[in-house]
Amino acid sequence: MKSGKILISVSLLFAFFIAHEASGQKIEYIKVPDLEKILNNQENKLLVVNLWATWCAPCVKELPAFEKVAGEYEESKVRFIMLSLDFPSQIESQLKPFLKKNNITLDVSVMMDTDYNSWIDKVDPQWQGNIPSTLIVNNEKKSRYFHSGEIDEPELRSLLNKYL
Amino acid sequence: MKKIVMVIATALLLLFQVRAEGPFRAGDKASDFSLKSVKGEMVSLSDMENAKGFIVVFTSNVCPVAKKYEQRVIDLHKEFGAKGYPVVAINSNDPGVNPGDSFEEMKKVASDKDYAFTYLRDESQTVAKLYGATNTPHVYVLSKKGENLKVEYVGAIDNNADDAAKANKAYVSDAVNSLLKGDNVMVTSTKAIGCSIKWKSL
Repeated sequence: MKSGKILISVSLLFAFFIAHEASGQKIEYIKVPDLEKILNNQENKLLVVNLWATWCAPCVKELPAFEKVAGEYEESKVRFIMLSLDFPSQIESQLKPFLKKNNITLDVSVMMDTDYNSWIDKVDPQWQGNIPSTLIVNNEKKSRYFHSGEIDEPELRSLLNKYL
Repeated sequence: MKKIVMVIATALLLLFQVRAEGPFRAGDKASDFSLKSVKGEMVSLSDMENAKGFIVVFTSNVCPVAKKYEQRVIDLHKEFGAKGYPVVAINSNDPGVNPGDSFEEMKKVASDKDYAFTYLRDESQTVAKLYGATNTPHVYVLSKKGENLKVEYVGAIDNNADDAAKANKAYVSDAVNSLLKGDNVMVTSTKAIGCSIKWKSL
């Protein structure tokens, strides 16, 4: 009986992973050192980090623009990371259902370190912690741009072209 | 020599005058304001004559982070109001963007939750702009000497929005406790994730 239950759980777990992979959606759970690694990467790619959360209405509003614009650039040239600041206690209840329901295909990372003051300046000293905000980094050209507040589709596109 | 002292004094004076215009950082002289409270009257900090200082909180009825902190704001007032540091909450959000932040909704929330602290409507958003508030919640701890207000701390209430029990740095409580003891505030500025203040479009 007990082993049967375990077997069911394990198969469910596999089924979950398969389904997860099939949707193409990747969630990573990160902490400060991972964030630093992402920001300082030396890949020959433009990095776009959108700071958002499911509880932030203007963030949710601008997501389709990111989905659309991301589809216009080759993955080898631009890397989009939607850095979720959802509360860790709401990942299962809010974030995951939200991503599924809205068919989000962009890479989502979730910041698990909630001691915000210890890392906000590492993203950008200009950032006051308000979301949405977006950071564009070109480490090869040593250029970066921090945008506080909402961003629309044409503006995002023109920023990408400027910093590519 | 006298001339040089005069020049330096004038320069310092000018510097301070410029700094009094905000955005306010710890160490700056802060300005008073006059805003309408949910009780209908106009309130200035100078009206609270017995206060030693203030815990000014820019907040929102609807921002999920501000809602997470609502009970902690109530508790801060309960703990420090009687000791001379009352909470003064300010809602600067454009009700056009957040209908839940309208004056009527503020009155409702204040009465439903029995707010013992002053809750003010910053309709023109000038106070948020003057102070340099960007998020909700965004706290300014001010001390009062005579008529002068000084910014002692700017930032978050503590270091865990999600769960008060897991916070291990109580920034605002620590700042006010230091001031009550006559000590300097150790951590004078922090940043935290929050909702942007919803500005009126020009």
